[in-house]
Amino acid sequence: MNGEGRAAAFRLTDTTLRDGSHAVSHRFTEEQVRAVARALDRAGVPVIEVSHGDGLGGSSFNYGFSATDERELLAAAAEEISAAKLAVLLLPGIGVAEDLKVVRDLGASVARVATHCTEADISPQHIGMAKDLGMEAVGFLMMAHMIEPRALAKQARIMEEAGADCVYVTDSAGAMTVPDARARVAALREALSCEVGFHAHNNLSLAVANSLAAVEEGATQIDGCLCGLGAGAGNCPSEILVAVCDKLGIPTGVDPLAMMDAAEEVVRPLMPRPQVIDRSGLLLGYAGVYSSFLLHAERAAERFGVDAKDILIELGRRKVVGGQEDMIVDVALDLSKRAGAG
Amino acid sequence: MRDGRVPCAVLGTGNIGTDLMEKLLRSPVLELRAMVGIDPESDGLARARARGLEATHEGIDWLLAHADEFRLVFEATSAKVHLRHAPRLREAGLVAIDLTPAAVGPAVVPPVNLREHLGEPNLNLITCGGQATVPIVHAVTRVCPVPYAEIVSTVASRSAGPGTRQNIDEFTQRTARGLERLGGAARGKAIIVLNPAEPPILMRNTVYCALPEDADRDAVARSVEAMVAEVASYVPGYRLKSPPLFDDGPFETPGGRAAARVTVLLEVEGAGDYLPTYAGNLDIMTASAVRVGETIARERLAAEVPA
Repeated sequence: MNGEGRAAAFRLTDTTLRDGSHAVSHRFTEEQVRAVARALDRAGVPVIEVSHGDGLGGSSFNYGFSATDERELLAAAAEEISAAKLAVLLLPGIGVAEDLKVVRDLGASVARVATHCTEADISPQHIGMAKDLGMEAVGFLMMAHMIEPRALAKQARIMEEAGADCVYVTDSAGAMTVPDARARVAALREALSCEVGFHAHNNLSLAVANSLAAVEEGATQIDGCLCGLGAGAGNCPSEILVAVCDKLGIPTGVDPLAMMDAAEEVVRPLMPRPQVIDRSGLLLGYAGVYSSFLLHAERAAERFGVDAKDILIELGRRKVVGGQEDMIVDVALDLSKRAGAG
Repeated sequence: MRDGRVPCAVLGTGNIGTDLMEKLLRSPVLELRAMVGIDPESDGLARARARGLEATHEGIDWLLAHADEFRLVFEATSAKVHLRHAPRLREAGLVAIDLTPAAVGPAVVPPVNLREHLGEPNLNLITCGGQATVPIVHAVTRVCPVPYAEIVSTVASRSAGPGTRQNIDEFTQRTARGLERLGGAARGKAIIVLNPAEPPILMRNTVYCALPEDADRDAVARSVEAMVAEVASYVPGYRLKSPPLFDDGPFETPGGRAAARVTVLLEVEGAGDYLPTYAGNLDIMTASAVRVGETIARERLAAEVPA
């Protein structure tokens, strides 16, 4: 393999067991988590994220209840891995800093703290707690397509000052074109002395391209999911990213063939539906809507007899942000009233 | 008591204190006599002077030197400051209505439990999310048991001040406990989302309550609607976005398996007294504080002191 033996150009964080939780409506079983974690660890993936799709404490009416408590899933994953680090996601406002104590004791050593791209100042409490607990802290600026690169870099500085070891440009809506991704990563790279990361969604079919562009601009942490399993049209497919990097001579430290096996034999069989870019998925990227809204919008569309497409467009128009899943029912109700009145 | 109204003061002349001032000036029960701050340049003090009120930047020391001129004090500073003020106000015999998260006194939500605490020296208003959602949970639990209640408050980014931002866990944790202890749910969870959209969005709240199989849905809906009307009597911009929605489960909630749930979508538009109308989250705090003060004045203090 090209690039073997050289230091990895970036650190791959596989979030099949966190972002992928959206695609299975938060119904991962302990057995599935064990199998995925084991396969990722064997393939040499350095960081594996396990949490409810909406982060610690996300199990709720609003986002969907976990079939199995995320703490049990974390403990199971911890037993299966030898070299990989275990990561968790936390959205301040949904989870609380104290949740980090519990997961640290279960074996998590990387805390990823996510806020909307303009609200970084709600994260220092949680980033500080992660550092106090001896964890690595990663800031996650979601829906990063919504603000300009310089404004995003300013928000990233808040996370760095709070102690973050890395700050991510998070394309939660899969709405960035390659130049969008490049400009944002470059702006953070210039403004920060800590690491910069990139988290893609594939709604515009650009997840791999954007991740590669991010690496070229100096990102040293990249997220992916096996089979792309994740919210919306899915994430950057880890096995494809690793294979492409291998062909390009970009060292990842991850075994491409083992990743292909893990994707095909472990994850594909558990997927409720193929991770494709259908009209709704494409619309998320096109209209800049939070990817996790997809399945919620489809359910609301069915319930209120309206089109999921119209719900997604209206959510984009109202500039709804991550976490506002309750707005989907609100919008569907308004649309059905409007249709009734017409 | 020049006209039979109960004399009061506001401690803190920032956005909240100033909005409170505008509301208190309309009260038929309370007589706002002083705005007490520490910043002589504050807009709140300038407005107070323009209204002909006593406006001082000498802080609580001034207030305590004039303690016998007041009965009620609204604390609109910060939790840290109120923790220092609370024992001094109490010693001076002044009733404190606390809008900060200090939680020195019992948490009150006017239509839910205020009557139980009318005699307290210090009353706390929990959080904006608590004031907006605890009444709804209470409206459901007075009809049937609620094993689990969950709320989502979404507020405009511009209306979330530095205090909230630095300690957002305090909001989620205190609101969740309010859903349990005051609302009556066996388990509670609270979520807050900040939305930066321009123009700013109105405060929105979604309340989900898990329901037992045999819950009387019509009675739940009627109880919720009656409660919304009661809150709207002191927070005029508080309203339902749609009639309560019922779904069949089962739902695996932290309070156990529930057969069904009710979802209540609420919007709070501020009165626009000093704060902008989108800041319904702040308006519901000041409006609730006035309600608490007026109720105490009517039911406790009026009986003590002849007009």
